Amino acid sequence: MKTNDKQNSPLKSLLEKKYKSGFLGRGEKVIPILLFLMAAVSVMTTAGIVITLIVETFTFFKEISLTEFLTAKEWYPFSESAASYGILPLFVGTLKITLIASLTAVPIGLAVAIYLSEYAPETVRKLMKPVLEVLAGVPTIVYGFFALTFVTPMLRTMFPSLEMFNAISPGIVVGMMIIPMIVSLSEDALSSVPDSMRHGALALGATKWEMTWRVAFPAALSGITASIVLAISRAIGETMIVSIAGGSTPTASLDLTASLQTMTSYIVQVSTGDAGFGTTIYYSIYAVGFTLFLFTLAMNMLAQRISRRFREEY
Amino acid sequence: MALVAFKKQPDKTSKQPSVERRSVYTTKDCNLWYGNHHALKNINLDMKEREVTAIIGPSGCGKSTYIKTLNRMVDLVPNVKTSGVIEYRGRNIFNKEFHVEELRTRVGMVFQKPNPFPKSIFENIAFGLRIHGIKNKKIIHETVEKSLRQAAIWDEVKDRIHEPAYGLSGGQQQRLCIARCLALEPDVLLMDEPTSALDPVSTLKVEELIRDLKEKYSIIIVTHNMQQASRISDKTAFFLNGEVVEYDDTYTIFNNPADNRTEDYITGRFG
Amino acid sequence: MENAQKSIRTDEMIKKIPVRLLKNKLYKGLFFFAAVFTFVLLVVLLARIFSQGAAHLSWDFLQNFASRRPEQAGIKAAVIGTLWMMAVVVPVSLLLGVGTAIYLEEYAKQNRITRLIQMNISNLAGVPSVVFGLLGLTIFVRVLFLGNSVLAAGLTMSLLILPVIIVASQEAVRAVPKELREASYGLGATKWQTILRVVLPSALAGILTGSILAFSRAIGETAPLVVIGIPAFVAFLPKSVFDPFTALPMQIYNWTSRPQEEFHFLAAAGIIVLLVILILMNSVAVWIRNRYEKKY
Repeated sequence: MKTNDKQNSPLKSLLEKKYKSGFLGRGEKVIPILLFLMAAVSVMTTAGIVITLIVETFTFFKEISLTEFLTAKEWYPFSESAASYGILPLFVGTLKITLIASLTAVPIGLAVAIYLSEYAPETVRKLMKPVLEVLAGVPTIVYGFFALTFVTPMLRTMFPSLEMFNAISPGIVVGMMIIPMIVSLSEDALSSVPDSMRHGALALGATKWEMTWRVAFPAALSGITASIVLAISRAIGETMIVSIAGGSTPTASLDLTASLQTMTSYIVQVSTGDAGFGTTIYYSIYAVGFTLFLFTLAMNMLAQRISRRFREEY
Repeated sequence: MALVAFKKQPDKTSKQPSVERRSVYTTKDCNLWYGNHHALKNINLDMKEREVTAIIGPSGCGKSTYIKTLNRMVDLVPNVKTSGVIEYRGRNIFNKEFHVEELRTRVGMVFQKPNPFPKSIFENIAFGLRIHGIKNKKIIHETVEKSLRQAAIWDEVKDRIHEPAYGLSGGQQQRLCIARCLALEPDVLLMDEPTSALDPVSTLKVEELIRDLKEKYSIIIVTHNMQQASRISDKTAFFLNGEVVEYDDTYTIFNNPADNRTEDYITGRFG
Repeated sequence: MENAQKSIRTDEMIKKIPVRLLKNKLYKGLFFFAAVFTFVLLVVLLARIFSQGAAHLSWDFLQNFASRRPEQAGIKAAVIGTLWMMAVVVPVSLLLGVGTAIYLEEYAKQNRITRLIQMNISNLAGVPSVVFGLLGLTIFVRVLFLGNSVLAAGLTMSLLILPVIIVASQEAVRAVPKELREASYGLGATKWQTILRVVLPSALAGILTGSILAFSRAIGETAPLVVIGIPAFVAFLPKSVFDPFTALPMQIYNWTSRPQEEFHFLAAAGIIVLLVILILMNSVAVWIRNRYEKKY
């Protein structure tokens, strides 16, 4: 029959030859190794980041003591005579921006997430999805431009004492930038709460708000928390908005209306300036970058921890 | 009147009603569409208080849709349209002034799959009271215990009442959900295939519970299990393709049905 | 008696319903307002940029190099530079990203190394872009002597978007039905043949959708370019990947950080060009998604 024909077909014998010569087999063995090497690139990237940061930071600490870095209250790297490298002012700057950004983004982001997952009709949801996608896709340089040329002047007409560079305007705009992240991750967390729970609450005569507040929200809480932690980590690492609209005055003061500097915007300031390779200032950006890296890494791992617990619940 | 009924419970197969019972639900020419799908067709039913009314029929016959219409949970499905009247104690439930929240406070519902909240056993029961603005701790404690006792689960959970409800077995979870409804002291209990996800032993316990509960509550139960309907119900409605084929005393439906289709279904010729 | 007691409580509960409904309405209004606010934010952002930049958009603007005189300045070098950079980013990140995804989904055993790679990818995704800039500055610019070239920037950006491409490709590969693979094995195909001819073609749409979104991130990303020292004022075009160049976001950043308002208008015009490119790329991604989404 036909199968018999095939058994002796020239094609079959050709294939057999190929198998015997190892034509197919060799590729099959090489390819997984090749792919593994590609996968290793991502690990090497992390290793590269960590090693780069550690080595250059180490060079920095040969000149500046770790104690000074952690305890000095001033950051004056550009002073010829009395340079001081205390991370505190940059840390305070980052903290101020992050705080304002969270105060803007968390309430709005959660409100939108709850609206979309619990209240919104299909049409509104379909409209809001691209809106959030576009907001998330707008490059931070654009947000920075918006902060400097629109938000700051607008705030200054309302509060004349506000300086040209301040913490409030970039803080709010960083908040704007992380809203989509909070919305989409929190909405995911809310929509993974089974509907049967919502029905259970509604069938007891709960209003939608009571159902949301007492059942859906607590059930999604760890996912929501993770989304906030991730968003805050993004705010800490945000660079361009702060560089453009926040100024470059490292200060430990808690004043929100005056120019400030964050860890990220210091790195940008040095990079755009003319501090030569090999100077203490050059190495200082690695020390600052390493600090930044540790903070964001800790936040990300915390978020993963929280959301892993969340996944185990259902 | 309540006391009379309480003492003189009619046997489930008894054909003569001992007292005159008022209607809890009167359905008049009720139709329902999911989009273009005509799911309920001209339903006319009159359900009495403190009876167990069973709704049977093959899957897709509209029995689940109907029971979800009774507390308007069906509103949650997008593109639902209804016509006709369903009166609960003489009030049309489709009337705008009749808030669904009030209806659902008076009418409890138990679902196919147990759906406890991800909270402690105690908080599951207290949930209904809390949303209704009851803050008095003593009342809440008493009600939680009373409801759990009524649902015959108190002895099993009394030592771990503050532990998560998810730690309970499926059957216990379902009785917890029943207790959760009872905490609001509803007038009617709607049960949508409450034992379909349970093992035989748990099913038996829930059935016993239903028999106890009908002394105080009117119970409407959807079931795909005909033995269950015959064991626990006073009245039975047979649904087919969105219509009520026959509605009568359970005894009559199972022993002397008027419609051939009912007989075919009861004897297992289809469905 | 019990009945009497009961009805009092139920009635009390019923009485509170209107207040509870009002509360529900208030919250709903508040949440709706937040959604409207977010929508308005986007509209204001876009309207503001278009109103500032539209007047400066012209053929000359696209044709001219950067200049100290705002009326003569253009973004030719920036646009072409961005294209050069993407000519590095697209092949490098796609090859590495898809390769990694295939390794993880098709070959990797469930062991510690695999878990390490997987965990590493999700942590890498959270590293701030400015830190990638520091990596690029050390490794590509200094150690490999690439300077502020197209290649240095392109490689840095490739590593930055790699996690996004890997995750998107993993999802796409995972979504390929088992039956397709089994059919291929059933015909005697080897594993790699199956991957190359069955799995990858079916996963292509998903891979492309995710990758295009990652590419648009690389186009708009500024901080790493600043850190590796990409200049903003360039009056020539790169001839190879080893040449210095400038990119769109660098040019926009440069104009934005100048105090004169005329340069801000130029920045806005540059942003419009940037946004148009991003919107075009996103539309392609959406088009691919819609076209191939419901294949199975």
